[in-house]
Amino acid sequence: MTNSELHTDLRTAVRELCSRFPDSYWRELDAQEAYPEEFVRALTEAGYLAALIPEDLGGSGLGIAEASIILEEVNRSGGNAAACHAQLYIMGTLLRHGSEAQRRHYLPKIASGELRLQAFAVTEPTTGTDTTQMKTMAVRRGDHYVVNGQKVWISRVEHSDLMLLVARTTPLEEVKKRTEGLSVFLVDLREAIGHGMTVRPIRAMINHASTEVFFDDLEVPVENRVGDEGQGFRYLLDGLNAERILIAAECVGDGRWFIERASRYARDRVVFGRPIGQNQGIQFPIARAYVNVEAADLMRIRAADLFDAGDPCGAEANMAKLLAADASWEAANVTMQTYGGYGFAQEYDIERKFRETRLYQTAPISTNLILAYIGQHVLDLPRSF
Amino acid sequence: MKIAVCVKQVVTREWPLRVDDTRTWVQDRDASFEMNEPDAYALEEALRLKEQHGGEVVVCSAGPARVAQVIREALARGADRAIRVESDALAAADSGMVAEALAAAIRDEAFDLVLTGLQSDDQGFAQTGVVLAELLGIPHATIIMEVQVADGGLRVKRELEGGWFQWVSMRSPALLTIQSGINQLRYATLRGIMAAKKKEVRVVEPPADLAPHHEILELYVPEKGKQTRLIEGSPAEAAKELVRVLREEARVI
Ligand SMILES: Cc1cc2nc3c(=O)[nH]c(=O)nc-3n(C[C@H](O)[C@H](O)[C@H](O)COP(=O)(O)OP(=O)(O)OC[C@H]3O[C@@H](n4cnc5c(N)ncnc54)[C@H](O)[C@@H]3O)c2cc1C
Ligand SMILES: Cc1cc2nc3c(=O)[nH]c(=O)nc-3n(C[C@H](O)[C@H](O)[C@H](O)COP(=O)(O)OP(=O)(O)OC[C@H]3O[C@@H](n4cnc5c(N)ncnc54)[C@H](O)[C@@H]3O)c2cc1C
Repeated sequence: MTNSELHTDLRTAVRELCSRFPDSYWRELDAQEAYPEEFVRALTEAGYLAALIPEDLGGSGLGIAEASIILEEVNRSGGNAAACHAQLYIMGTLLRHGSEAQRRHYLPKIASGELRLQAFAVTEPTTGTDTTQMKTMAVRRGDHYVVNGQKVWISRVEHSDLMLLVARTTPLEEVKKRTEGLSVFLVDLREAIGHGMTVRPIRAMINHASTEVFFDDLEVPVENRVGDEGQGFRYLLDGLNAERILIAAECVGDGRWFIERASRYARDRVVFGRPIGQNQGIQFPIARAYVNVEAADLMRIRAADLFDAGDPCGAEANMAKLLAADASWEAANVTMQTYGGYGFAQEYDIERKFRETRLYQTAPISTNLILAYIGQHVLDLPRSF
Repeated sequence: MKIAVCVKQVVTREWPLRVDDTRTWVQDRDASFEMNEPDAYALEEALRLKEQHGGEVVVCSAGPARVAQVIREALARGADRAIRVESDALAAADSGMVAEALAAAIRDEAFDLVLTGLQSDDQGFAQTGVVLAELLGIPHATIIMEVQVADGGLRVKRELEGGWFQWVSMRSPALLTIQSGINQLRYATLRGIMAAKKKEVRVVEPPADLAPHHEILELYVPEKGKQTRLIEGSPAEAAKELVRVLREEARVI
């Protein structure tokens, strides 16, 4: 089987699975702010969320290209992969930096879905994008760490068994570089919640299961630290390219969904005696959005190929994320406009997907920070912040 | 039980249909393809029978090289191996021709049960299974809604017109044409997709003397027409007549 055959098979199969979860399924969850439990279970049981886990640890050992196709197809089918994308890739930190014992203990269970590791706690209320300034502290006391602090916008905590937590283990004043002194922990939520950890849901524009998390003397056993103490920031950066590429693919999926809907509506909707798509004022914006989605897709494929070959891909992964998020947002806007008043009606799903795809201008990384990366690291311009 | 399932690759339902230059088929050069719907149910039924009674499921498809895709899909869902009859001449072939190609490819395997879909989503002849049974010299039953394995044979439920069903006992080996909706399809799993890579696919050529049995003269899109019919009479009479027309002529109620 060639790679392109595998990709076709994956697309076909994921699309087939998603077709069992129609627009109305997602629409109702959105209205109730409920988690797509049934969908996530189906995707897990069919093994798709274990795509990146090596075969000897219970996964399929596939590359980022294949993982990205899975997520793209979910969004392209009208669903929202954000509900479970993190189960695919957060485990990367454990895989690359965890001890052999941690890998053997957790990864097979994550692969089977017995354990969900799909929450990653980085962002804090007072420091935002400026990650190294985070205030949450983990202080070592004998065989455990004691964590105090607060995180915000931490998604899917209520639907995870495990959470990766980034906290300071050495105060900022005591490190030579601000990127030092951060560490990564695997928090067992089943034990932590109610015992030093509190979770409070955030009502948001999208159905994303995001929460505020408070730590009040939470005890985390030393054996739950991932990798070396103080190296957390490096581990964090290490996972970013994968995340960028996967998010880009979700945006491409959204973009394709929007363009399909917009084109169909523009062909069918007749006012002033002809299909609205016959007017260049409607047709050209859809065509342009299509061009931009396809172009973004090429950058995403390029980034994924580099990633899977083990080559540096920071620039490409970031560019793919920016291009794809912009393209999906443009496609969303164009589709809203094409649908006239009906774009606003919930039963057409345009407004839902419009809200959902807007996220990627802001999270997990905002467009500005990508531009800052390109300026500084690709164009060798002075660091702007 | 050794079961063969015949699957056809058809153009996906989303593909915008346009008549091609020969005016005898649709433009399918860049089309995306999928497994014919009733065939997917036939495959599922075969997998269930194997799970209950043991044995082997062999997926068979006749067509140009592109049908390798539906074969892989069937293997990913759980079929054990495949037989593929490859020929460009089988791309839009008639039922007789396809049945001859399949019969030649599977005759020596002596299957206990051969399943096909009831009909194809593209041509809709509903003949391939029936002709294949005849060529293999085994009994067949069509429009099957349920399959039970009884000692030495089968009990199958056929769908008749107007909500009627019929139970039929038959001996095996036999051929059944399966109706859509007979079971709940399983998903192809990622593990299944990966495992499919290692399964055997035997590619065979069709018999040399394979020739069409009939010829499509013309394919056309039905012309859209709008007809308005005024039903006269008192409201009560008109309503009665309307119901009759909707039921008997338009057949929508
Ligand atoms: C729905 C949702 C889910 C999320 N899930 C998670 C999660 O699971 N885990 C997690 O850790 N975080 C999560 N986040 C947080 C997300 O990663 C942050 O919101 C994001 O990193 C931005 O941080 P902030 O909101 O504090 O914005 P700020 O850092 O306050 O930034 C505000 C604005 O200023 C801009 N800005 C900031 N610094 C600069 C600069 N130097 N140059 C130019 N512009 C700048 C930003 O681009 C942004 O537009 C989530 C957020 C949302 C909305
Ligand atoms: C929240 C809300 C409140 C509303 N309240 C009211 C109300 O109180 N009373 C009321 O009467 N209506 C109301 N409307 C309806 C609103 O006025 C219509 O939605 C609007 O006029 C567009 O009509 P449409 O939705 O049918 O879009 P369409 O006419 O179908 O147009 C769809 C798209 O095609 C474009 N288009 C159409 N024709 C052409 C052309 N010839 N050239 C180029 N582009 C073209 C349009 O600009 C639009 O982008 C409301 C709508 C909303 C969403």
